[in-house]
Amino acid sequence: MSLYRPPKKIGAIRFGLLSPETIRKMSVTRIITPDTYSEDGLPIDSGLMDGRLGTIEPGQRCKTCGNRIGECPGHFGHIELARPVIHVGFAKVIYKILRATCRKCSRILLSDEELEDFKKRMDEYEKKWKGLSEEISDELLKKASRVSKCPHCGESQFKIKFEKPTTYYEETKEGLRRLTPIEIRDRLERITDEDARLLGINPKDARPEWMVLTVLPVPPVTVRPSITLESGVRSEDDLTHKLVDIIRINQRLRENIEAGAPQLIIEDLWELLQYHVITYFDNEVSGVPPARHRSGRALRTLSQRLKGKEGRFRSNLSGKRVDFSARTVISPDPNLSINEVGVPIDIAKILTIPERVTEWNIEELKELVIKGPDQYPGANYIIRLDGRRIDLRYVRDRKTIAESLEPGFIVERHLKDGDIVLFNRQPSLHRMSIMAHEVRVLPYRTFRLHLCVCPPYNADFDGDEMNLHVPQSEEARAEARVLMRVQEQVLSPRYGGPIVGAIQDYISSAFLFTSKNNLLTKEEVCQLLSVADYKGDLPEPAVKEPQPLWTGKQIFSLFLPKGLNISLRASVCRKCPGGCLKEKCPYDAYVAVRDGQLITGVIDERSIGAFQPDSILHRIIKDFGTDAAREFLDKIGKLLIEFISRKGFTMGLDDVEIPKVATIRIQEILKEAEEKVDKLIESYRRGELQRLPGRTLEETLEMQIMKVLAEARDKAGDIASEHLGLENHAVIMAETGARGSILNLAQMAACVGQQSVRGERINRGYRNRTLPHFKVGDLSAKARGFVASNYRTGLDPIEFFFHAMGGREGLVDTAVRTSTSGYMQRRLVNALQDLKVEYDGTVRDASSRIIQIIYGEDGVDPAKSDHGKAVNIDIIIEKVLSESEQT
Amino acid sequence: MDKKRKKIDIFCHELVPKHELLSKEEAEKLLKKLNIYPEQLPWIKKSDPAAVAIGAKPGDIVKIIRKSPTAGETVVYRYVIDK
Ligand SMILES: [Mg+2]
Ligand SMILES: [Zn+2]
Ligand SMILES: [Zn+2]
Ligand SMILES: [Zn+2]
Repeated sequence: MSLYRPPKKIGAIRFGLLSPETIRKMSVTRIITPDTYSEDGLPIDSGLMDGRLGTIEPGQRCKTCGNRIGECPGHFGHIELARPVIHVGFAKVIYKILRATCRKCSRILLSDEELEDFKKRMDEYEKKWKGLSEEISDELLKKASRVSKCPHCGESQFKIKFEKPTTYYEETKEGLRRLTPIEIRDRLERITDEDARLLGINPKDARPEWMVLTVLPVPPVTVRPSITLESGVRSEDDLTHKLVDIIRINQRLRENIEAGAPQLIIEDLWELLQYHVITYFDNEVSGVPPARHRSGRALRTLSQRLKGKEGRFRSNLSGKRVDFSARTVISPDPNLSINEVGVPIDIAKILTIPERVTEWNIEELKELVIKGPDQYPGANYIIRLDGRRIDLRYVRDRKTIAESLEPGFIVERHLKDGDIVLFNRQPSLHRMSIMAHEVRVLPYRTFRLHLCVCPPYNADFDGDEMNLHVPQSEEARAEARVLMRVQEQVLSPRYGGPIVGAIQDYISSAFLFTSKNNLLTKEEVCQLLSVADYKGDLPEPAVKEPQPLWTGKQIFSLFLPKGLNISLRASVCRKCPGGCLKEKCPYDAYVAVRDGQLITGVIDERSIGAFQPDSILHRIIKDFGTDAAREFLDKIGKLLIEFISRKGFTMGLDDVEIPKVATIRIQEILKEAEEKVDKLIESYRRGELQRLPGRTLEETLEMQIMKVLAEARDKAGDIASEHLGLENHAVIMAETGARGSILNLAQMAACVGQQSVRGERINRGYRNRTLPHFKVGDLSAKARGFVASNYRTGLDPIEFFFHAMGGREGLVDTAVRTSTSGYMQRRLVNALQDLKVEYDGTVRDASSRIIQIIYGEDGVDPAKSDHGKAVNIDIIIEKVLSESEQT
Repeated sequence: MDKKRKKIDIFCHELVPKHELLSKEEAEKLLKKLNIYPEQLPWIKKSDPAAVAIGAKPGDIVKIIRKSPTAGETVVYRYVIDK
């Protein structure tokens, strides 16, 4: 047994600059000519496409390493610049260093004692907190830049002026004097290694003067391959174009220097060379016109290749793209099973599953091969025994090829009903964001899914798109089916309860269906049950005369598993003061199921909704398994949708209309409240208001006003709800938990109430007033954002404005919240991603170090728990009691 | 400054869990039970106040008994490291 050692860690990564010598050393050739290919199409020697720089053509061998395309990594070349140029990426650093060093002797403009002091601190920092010494350099740079006379040689210093992107001036008494890159390089060269270190440059990795380029590396052709268009015209990479420019100007500059051309011309060319080198590195430098292609498109140079969403990092390195996937808009289909996903036929013809030919499926697969890639169901590829892949798109006679099929071949056939696929909606925040579904190939162009799986994906149909992935191996498909299928994911590990479940109309419908007054004729019962795929006998009708009638509860019970026992309080429960009357609840809000029979209570969100722990749905899964739960949701879902479609369930303006008397009462209440507010303000002005402990007088006033207005709003809402009964569709939705709340209703029918920004009444806008319509210092309800109108009658312009202010805050809040919580989630996931519960129950990280000895310290899987607890005594007692009752 | 700071028993504090030093036999039993090398346990510095208080040396294993919101009380082990 070898001794366990914790795995090695990366201690540090060092970044440095390439020295001119290094650049020359790693170069295989000096590039001299700006041309790429000669007339006969061969790369020109010492040109940008020199054969020694690597190979991009198939079959060709690299002149440097002898490898073919793919194996040859490519090799650097170099350009000797006629005059040095500044590297844009370091322009700012150069500026900082120039300011901090002497123009004559290049020492840092601080006395030896000061430097010694900095050095000591730096040593200390480096020992204790690696990397923090940077801050000392910043301090030193700042301090030295303020010195006007060199403490070493006594030379008086000029102020350095930096002009973006790469121009530096000295502010002499005679005026601005431009520093050439040669001068700058000279100064940087003279900086001693010790000084460089204090300036924040590790002389082991980089010398300051290397920030001024004298040699330019030429990247291998493999990173800038030329492409041949269909017309046979060769098109060069943007980088190559840029390098051509550089070489051309470099050449002209050298010729002019050698010919002794006037200084002015040389300077112009030098400037031009600087421009080309800048845009070669970064074509989006502010103040520099981007270099353009002949078509007018800006060139994509080095920096653009790396930066941004489409750059190398975010797109190619952190980005992941895969084959066998599809993405399209989603839409609902209540007739599917929760386990299914509707796949458009056009997608099914592109996504394939590799199926191995055997004696038993050969005939079937032959049929598919004959159908080919365009007819559904068909096949797109055949892989023969020797591994050769045949693309059926280009096979003229598919019959012959189908006949050549033999066991061992692989046929990549179209997706068909029953195949297992993974379905995903971003942001994938939890496990249930990717679940396995069974395929149902359907017409049209959207993915279809069952409404009960919207909650785990957090999906709606206002244009949401989702992704689909097809597992390609038998193992992957088996895992997906066993572990990831929707029915296996109904219980959330976030809290012990179902996350898949009824929403919105399902809940309204369940309430209406199981209400006491819902009686169904035999015809209605039969139609509903046939929609729900019920196969079995009808129960005895609850009412026999004059015609047989069944209650909704009876029919609902047909879908509950035999032996189910549960009692709970429905969402519509009024929390009756004086204790619940249970089975005798006047609102029928006490749900009691005995042996699979719904005895009392209406079914609503609490019983079958998503996110509801200890509900009927939860008990069905826990006591009868996931198959039972799926069947329950599928069947009851279809039945409820059919029921509510037949009945009709709408909401309109009428639903929030209240009688005239009520409106008048509400107006009175609001008026009273406003008067009360005025009185409060009056007493505040007179100085009679009593200060609350720990509050200023103004705060006290604000609090009391807010209280008065909130009470008024609540009272107005109460009056409105008195007139809106359970026959009102909006009220049904609010009470059953299907959608909306009583507060929403009150705002529509009675009064919208106080608008706020940052938890206070609105007090911003103009000086001491919110809008110019009010007097300065007006503190009344109306002037500070109280909206007395309701949404039905509409808001007046002032109210509307305040409402928009409050609404804006809400939007900003959510935007900020999602970004911060997204970042938090990322950090957490990165920290925890490779933790795993091992078979011995321990939680370990990737190097099998123990994190927890038992998962969660109690070993409980929250998804299989009751609300986080391993056992729920109440439910067990209930179960035992009702079972003993029945026997 | 007062050099003779009064020694306090850190384990008196509500939030400081009980630390115990494992004997050699106990430690071996534990490692065998978990089938791990000592380095695979979570670590505790020998300079940790609790480790100092019970006199733990690098290479020892410390047993910590603390309250847990899920399990009531839970036992964890830490391997004492240098520094
Ligand atoms: Mg949406
Ligand atoms: Zn090569
Ligand atoms: Zn000097
Ligand atoms: Zn009740």
